[in-house]
Amino acid sequence: MTHNMNTELPLEGIRVVDFCWVYAGPLMTFLLGDLGAEVIKIESRKRLDGTRLGRSIVGDRARVDATDKDLLPELQPLNHGLNRNKLSLTVDIADPRGLDLIHRLVRAADIVADNFAAGVMERRGLGYDELRQIKPDIIALSLSGAGQTGPLRDVLAYANTLAPLSGLGQLIGYHGEAPLGVTYPAFADANASIRAAGALLAALYHRSRTGEGQCIDVSEWQCALMGIEEALFDYQWNGRIAGPQGNHHPRFAPHNTYPCVGKDQWVSIVVRNETEWAVFRRALGDPPWAAEERFADAYQRQQNLAALDRHIAAWTREQTAQEVTTRLQAVGVPAFPAYTVEDIFADRHFQERGVVAEVEHPMLGPEHVPASPWKLNTTPPSVRRHAPLLGQDNDYVLRTVLGMSKEELEPLVEAQVVY
Amino acid sequence: MAAILDGLKVVELGEGIPAAHCARILGDFGAEVIKVEPPEGDVTRRHGPWPGDRPNPEASGLFLALNVNKLGITLDVATATGGEILLRLLGEADVFVTNLPLARLRALRLTYEDLASRYPRLIATYHTIFGLSGPYAEYAGDHLNASCAGTQAMGIGHPDREPLQMPLCMGGYQAGAAGFTASMAALLARQRSGAGQCVDIAEADVLATLYNITAVTTYPYRGVTGIRRGNHGSALYPDCLLQCKDGAVGLVCNQLAQWLRFLELMGMPEWTKLPRYRDRRKMAEEYADEVDALMAPWMMEHTKAELVAMCREKHIPLSPCNNAKDLMESEHLRARDAFVAVEHPMAGTVEHPAAPYKLSATPAAIRCPAPLLGEHNAAVLGERLGYDAAALAGLRQTGVI
Repeated sequence: MTHNMNTELPLEGIRVVDFCWVYAGPLMTFLLGDLGAEVIKIESRKRLDGTRLGRSIVGDRARVDATDKDLLPELQPLNHGLNRNKLSLTVDIADPRGLDLIHRLVRAADIVADNFAAGVMERRGLGYDELRQIKPDIIALSLSGAGQTGPLRDVLAYANTLAPLSGLGQLIGYHGEAPLGVTYPAFADANASIRAAGALLAALYHRSRTGEGQCIDVSEWQCALMGIEEALFDYQWNGRIAGPQGNHHPRFAPHNTYPCVGKDQWVSIVVRNETEWAVFRRALGDPPWAAEERFADAYQRQQNLAALDRHIAAWTREQTAQEVTTRLQAVGVPAFPAYTVEDIFADRHFQERGVVAEVEHPMLGPEHVPASPWKLNTTPPSVRRHAPLLGQDNDYVLRTVLGMSKEELEPLVEAQVVY
Repeated sequence: MAAILDGLKVVELGEGIPAAHCARILGDFGAEVIKVEPPEGDVTRRHGPWPGDRPNPEASGLFLALNVNKLGITLDVATATGGEILLRLLGEADVFVTNLPLARLRALRLTYEDLASRYPRLIATYHTIFGLSGPYAEYAGDHLNASCAGTQAMGIGHPDREPLQMPLCMGGYQAGAAGFTASMAALLARQRSGAGQCVDIAEADVLATLYNITAVTTYPYRGVTGIRRGNHGSALYPDCLLQCKDGAVGLVCNQLAQWLRFLELMGMPEWTKLPRYRDRRKMAEEYADEVDALMAPWMMEHTKAELVAMCREKHIPLSPCNNAKDLMESEHLRARDAFVAVEHPMAGTVEHPAAPYKLSATPAAIRCPAPLLGEHNAAVLGERLGYDAAALAGLRQTGVI
């Protein structure tokens, strides 16, 4: 690999004023933080981020008294995963003095991001038109369930109401049965976050070449349409309404997950062409059923899928998912166990790939958070700091970035504007 | 209005979804994408669906969707001449996007080690199932395997039945979208350093990380979570799909107040007063199906539209379970210009979903339909690389294009 002299992170020096909260938005901005941006999370004790709320799950592992109610907002592992690398500024933006601080911060920022319901930023005096008065080349991104315009712009959206709304839900479930409609964990938020982060980087690229900022309106619903064109086109061309897809694949058979030795243990097997089918049969020991005419090619295997899956399940059921995987991978047939999060932690491959990062939290000690899902060889994203304690970076932001004096700051703290 | 990536040159060499989706998004932002297909065409040309159910490699729905905004050339990159032509294209390119498996990249001498010294400014974005490094780098894999490795499959389906992947190989799109975002990061890095780099996207990593944040962060405290629960999502009732008179609706009440308002809508039936149906965590974790059954009589009396109207007024998060027809007819999506009619010479006019984000100054857009097989051979190889008619004929005869 070549290494360059200049390996500063791609977003070093980029400052993000981050109003995102709960899930989808913070996921998007942590991707920016991992790439080197200085992400300043705007929060307030008067209205805590939803992921700071909730009962304690950390038990006696905390370095502090986890039964102390005042500390609960600092002891939420999910919040820490979503907000690593970020700074925390606690400001009450409903107070005009608080809003003024934000406006001053925007002047020193490159990006403003939010995932409030449509219209909230405008009502709070933080709409794009105001922001660009303050900072003409600002890039303002709003991520919401249904976008900033249209009759359903104010739809209340959680990941599992978005899945059905977006049309994805109708496709989730077992082939030929009623839709299950949801996933666990949720899908729509992460899907939108990756795409929104990409749009932000594109806007930064544009700004760096032209000096022009802009606003970006992202619809999670529309993000979920990326990838279901097959169903949309089939309806337009053939009037067909697609239902749950299960593990069905129109070209590949077998293409399913099969039971293995142990409780809830499964292995995925995919055969994509006749060459793979031939080696697959051999790996199974050339059983007589596999030579039957009805399994002779992909088309016929599709027609007799239930029988095919029964035969394969009878074979996998006698082995562990790892044994099946090793046996089939040895001959080049795609196979892999259905992992749980426990397997991700234990697996040497995922360890080597660094998909789980470790970071030291002042109150919880070493914590595990998912890494960014891309490897850039000279400028790799990284987890450099734990998620912030509430207001942990007030001094840095207000005194160092905005240059406020102690005298200016104190009354604001007293009045709970900085709180 | 100039597009963001005007002038950026992308070469795509792949098969199926991830590289094609990544390059298509680069194309949406204005990059010139040259898609290199084998002479027999990409596998998705044989996938469907097709207009009138008549199979036609020039009108396969999946291919059309994945490849708008691209020039298409055919090239047998395994031949000496084909390989040389590809390298000449890479010499002019800013971004190389691929999802060929590692063994094939090695055979074709297209690993980053092969390319880096020759093309120091090139960003090479590799999509694979398991990544370019680690013990499974050489494993054979497809989207279903990535879904399983990344734990997503264990979260979809009934607890006592086989795990499911996201429909329509959605994992491949996640990898492609990740590839786009990471390529943009590499482009920003190149503005500073002048150098390209290797972008390594493993579909399994994408699913194991971004779709797994709760399960990973809480694992040390709560052990394994994220195991499929049929029509139910998280650990708080309701977070589920429920059947109603004319279909199904998604109902999620993260806040207690929302659930109480929903109970009011139902007229506070007797069962809701029992202690057994007060603990929403237990309801979700231990007897969600039983609660569904208690809800069912009232739910089955109402249509999707009635439920949506009632819940909208009461600020309760409930959505209809929309199908393809509902989407194409959605007033909201129409008001947002969420579909773009694209005319294709063989498939006719079909409406594609538009880019899911609106950028005020430089919108992403669909400018041209997916290419016919080898449609731009003459334009790219002739005009760009200087092959004259006779030379092109020769390439065609020897099966290089």
